[in-house]
Amino acid sequence: MLRKLSKYVHPYGPVVLLGVICAASEAVFELLIPMVMSDIVDVGIPSGDTSFILKKGGIMVCMALISLAFGVGSAVCSSVAGQGFGANLRAAEYEQLQRFAFSNIERFSTASLVTRLTNDCTNLQMALMMGMRLLVRAPVMMIAALILSMRISLRLSSVFLVSLPLLAFFVGLIICRASPLFRQLQEQTDALNLVVQEDLSAIRVVKSFVREGAEEEKFAARSDAMKNTALRAFGMVVINMPVMMLIIYGTLIAVMWFGGHLVYSGALDPGGLMAYFTYITQIMVSAMMVSMIFMMLTRSIASGRRILEVLGETPAIRDDGADPALEVADGSITFDHVTFRYHASSEDAVLRDISLSIPAGATVGILGGTGSGKSSLVSLIPRLYEAQEGTVLVGGRPVQDYPLHTLREAVSVVLQKNTLFSGSVRENLQWGDPNASDEKIMAACRAACADEFVMAFPDGLDHDLGQGGANVSGGQKQRLCIARALLKSPKVLILDDSTSAVDTATDAKIRAALKDIRGMTKLIIAQRVTSVMEADLILVMEDGAIADSGTHAELMVSCPLYRSLYESQQKGVSIDG
Amino acid sequence: MADQSSRRPQGGPGGGPRGARGGYQKPKALLPTIRKLLRYLAPYRVQLVLVLMMLVTSSACTVLGSYLLKPLINDYILPGDFPGLARALALMGCVYALGAACSFGYARLMVHISQTTVAAIRRDLFTKMQSLPLSFFDTHTHGELMSRFTNDMDTISEALNNSMGSVISSSLNFTGTVIMMFVLSPLLSLITFGVIAVMLLFMRFIGGRSRRGFIAQQKALGAVNGYIEEMTEGQKVIKVFNHEEAAIAGFRERNEAYRAAATRAQIFAGILMPVMGNLSHLNYALICCVGALHAIGTGDLGSLAAFLQYTRQVSMPLTQISQQVNVILSATAGAERVFEILETAPEIDAGKVTLEKQGSDWVWKKPDGETVPLRGDVRFYDVVFGYDPRKTVLHHVSLFAKPGQKLAFVGSTGAGKTTITSLINRFYEIQSGSITYDGIDVREIEKASLRRSLGVVLQDTHLFTGTVAENIRYGRPEATDAEVRSAARLAGADAFIRRLPQGYDTVLTGDGGSLSQGERQLLNIARAACADPPVLILDEATSSVDTHTELLIQSAMDKLMAGRTVFVIAHRLSTIRDAKAILVLEGGEIIERGDHEELLAQKGRYYQLYTGAAELK
Repeated sequence: MLRKLSKYVHPYGPVVLLGVICAASEAVFELLIPMVMSDIVDVGIPSGDTSFILKKGGIMVCMALISLAFGVGSAVCSSVAGQGFGANLRAAEYEQLQRFAFSNIERFSTASLVTRLTNDCTNLQMALMMGMRLLVRAPVMMIAALILSMRISLRLSSVFLVSLPLLAFFVGLIICRASPLFRQLQEQTDALNLVVQEDLSAIRVVKSFVREGAEEEKFAARSDAMKNTALRAFGMVVINMPVMMLIIYGTLIAVMWFGGHLVYSGALDPGGLMAYFTYITQIMVSAMMVSMIFMMLTRSIASGRRILEVLGETPAIRDDGADPALEVADGSITFDHVTFRYHASSEDAVLRDISLSIPAGATVGILGGTGSGKSSLVSLIPRLYEAQEGTVLVGGRPVQDYPLHTLREAVSVVLQKNTLFSGSVRENLQWGDPNASDEKIMAACRAACADEFVMAFPDGLDHDLGQGGANVSGGQKQRLCIARALLKSPKVLILDDSTSAVDTATDAKIRAALKDIRGMTKLIIAQRVTSVMEADLILVMEDGAIADSGTHAELMVSCPLYRSLYESQQKGVSIDG
Repeated sequence: MADQSSRRPQGGPGGGPRGARGGYQKPKALLPTIRKLLRYLAPYRVQLVLVLMMLVTSSACTVLGSYLLKPLINDYILPGDFPGLARALALMGCVYALGAACSFGYARLMVHISQTTVAAIRRDLFTKMQSLPLSFFDTHTHGELMSRFTNDMDTISEALNNSMGSVISSSLNFTGTVIMMFVLSPLLSLITFGVIAVMLLFMRFIGGRSRRGFIAQQKALGAVNGYIEEMTEGQKVIKVFNHEEAAIAGFRERNEAYRAAATRAQIFAGILMPVMGNLSHLNYALICCVGALHAIGTGDLGSLAAFLQYTRQVSMPLTQISQQVNVILSATAGAERVFEILETAPEIDAGKVTLEKQGSDWVWKKPDGETVPLRGDVRFYDVVFGYDPRKTVLHHVSLFAKPGQKLAFVGSTGAGKTTITSLINRFYEIQSGSITYDGIDVREIEKASLRRSLGVVLQDTHLFTGTVAENIRYGRPEATDAEVRSAARLAGADAFIRRLPQGYDTVLTGDGGSLSQGERQLLNIARAACADPPVLILDEATSSVDTHTELLIQSAMDKLMAGRTVFVIAHRLSTIRDAKAILVLEGGEIIERGDHEELLAQKGRYYQLYTGAAELK
């Protein structure tokens, strides 16, 4: 995992190296200071050599200043590298996301992808930053302090043989006990939040069904469970500090006792003993720090794994076998025994053995109930999904022969769930054609019957649509989406229930305008029979298959389902004729 | 592969270093909020006193332990008095052990106090929220309220758990250390204070810079996250329009801006620790030098050793305090927001009339014991209402629904259809006029009783995490399995439920995310059917189902509606054609009323809508 992730730190390699050197040097200098101090105590004071003390004092001050410079250097380097790493990671993940097919996105779910792009990346960049400083500093500090203390007195250092393993044992024990508790606590926190979230979004339901009391009970039960786990988890953590204190102070007392004898016997200088005190604290604190960092890093490992899952996912639809020079000849569409399921493993096929042929320039209407496979059928044409069996051909060639970009340039889809983006009307419509002039944009708006309300905006095409197009009504949004699709000048236009919020009169006007665009194949999925009754061909879908097809007149005779649909929708209007 | 992660930003209990994430807020009114917090702590008065005593003891022990270094070196080690050394070390060991025991004791107590207190606040908050009127939820976003439960609770918990004790013990340590330093050597103390003054100045300087840095970082992060959210939601459109490259370019731009801002902010935050640490080393060097010069005369090595130990201790509490005070401040700001909600006025519910079942019939029971049979007669007399009292939404609306009648509302968005139905179950309080239910003013009916008599199928489907059966049973937890099944059959949901992996025991998660919109609608209807209320409110319940499915639902609905008073708001006119009374609303007024034929004959607004000449917005 580290190897895979290190790719994204790579551009900052020199910075990381510099930061590590700085952190290590800082630690070493910090440790050398007490050494000089012991010189002063052991040599300077007994001899009363003022100039020696001043000289050594000067060296100490310089060392402190150098150490300070290294410290600042390491902070700067770790910030630069940490943030750079995070940015690289996010960018790589986002680019990967753009390569994903819908099936990939659905596998992760949009919400989870957002978390992986935001929180998980932040966790990892924090880990690098902390790691560069603490993970270098603590072990260097510990090892250097051990070496230095051994140099002062090898015999005295044997106290560490007892105290360090003891510390490691207790800290390890506490971490082992606490971390499953914290994992449990996180799960319980999520469970509690879920209750609040559901309660908030369904507050009208809760109140309507007078279930406030039951919701409170549900919340109280989870809150209590969470509290009990928190008590155990935090209760475990607070043992840490006193245990550490006891071991450090125990070591200190042992050093005093044995050190005192050594000093008296002359095997150790008093200054050395004093330096020793400093090292004890440093060694112990560093050991503690190392364990804490590892605990923190285990949390980042989960994030790293989640990010690598995204980066390692193979895009389900690629254009490996495509001929880069191939263009879409015309808007003819053929389905040859196509069977499709959203998950290769699922039993029920969404589309079963579909065969049909649509000549270029034809208008095709598609009707059918929820789940009959209308949207799935058309989403195979721009290769948003891949059929498991059979072939989909556009312009006489299988869709896999075209580069994705070429194919989708030629096939324009107005999706059932329309999305507009923050920005002006113009910016949104230029998605269809980045170079479109205002005249061309307005022409597309006219065809989609969006010209009137766009002109009515005080700032016209510069009107801001707000996040997700929140500033326009549903019907207006649909018409803008149609205009956007038209600007691509596609060979195939697919409208997936795209006029459901538009009134029938406007719907008819749009259809008339589309009719005038010659040579463009039009596929219209609709709820209303009137939206498709003038089409060259109408497909009635049922349960993943084409139940019947033909013109309006033919279907009125041959298809009872079509007739009943038509009659139920026409009843009211016929009163007036 | 399912993903278990929650979308909530991390940093929960035991989360990462909060300080480095930055962005501290300050409370508006510090003292009143602290007073309210103290009220929650009041039951732990005794424990808190104990905590304080242990804090003081533990700090005293730390300070005293280091002071003992002086006699140890001067009186025992240098002269070689080993029995004395043993005694002194034993004393020192006792002092340290006492200190460690006290510090464990107070930390353990504080964990108990803080977790139980936070759990109490959390529960009060949720209970309170259940009692708040809908207008409260209209004016607060879910994200905002969620963050009361997540972020604010976390900071309060952390402040109580750690910061409070830490600030107190740090202050005690600092004071104790300073006093002992003065006792040991006033001269060396002065040097130390000089360095501390430099540290404080530096902390102020960095504090200001890093706050500004973090604000810029948060803003840039917001832009990145916003972009990711919006673009990922619209990912399908990006694909269809070959817009991947442009999306990446837009992302790179924001990502780079965030990187630059965050690097700046992190540098400022990051250099604080090394600078403070190394200034303390500088102090150490100076003390060592000056102290040594001084010791030449006196030979008092013990004082120097003890003083040097204090030098290492003195700056740590300062860094601690500066960090923890920030946590406490933002916890107080969080507590302030929580208390704001706790102090919001709850729904008015002064009604005394209750709903009771007598045999198979429902009756209203008045406080004087008189009973009125529930018939479902709802009347509006000259009702004026606005969500914001200054902006009237309903102007003098009068209407009546006879028992068993189907009343349909038609009109564009904002015409007031949903508003009228929300007034029947008293989600909102009317400004003037009155609404009666079987001749009783709805304000006199206890809210729970009122709402239990009304079944609601809302525009947005909302399902809860739990099994299908639990969801259907939601309005009547005591319903038997057979009743659940018959409700599902009535709603036409039984067939698809039985096709689910575990049938009625299939667990739904994420608002029933694995079901289609139509299926969720059917469950919604089954839920209302199971509650079996005398009066039904259907708010555009079938608008997201295709015409074919809608016909199936319609027949089921007819069965459900038989014998009940029903209020229907339908997006499609085909669903309400058989309603006996159709009310056309526009701008909060009823502009047309009658049955289908009458309204068509009027050739007014209804006629226009029906023939498609006008668009339902």
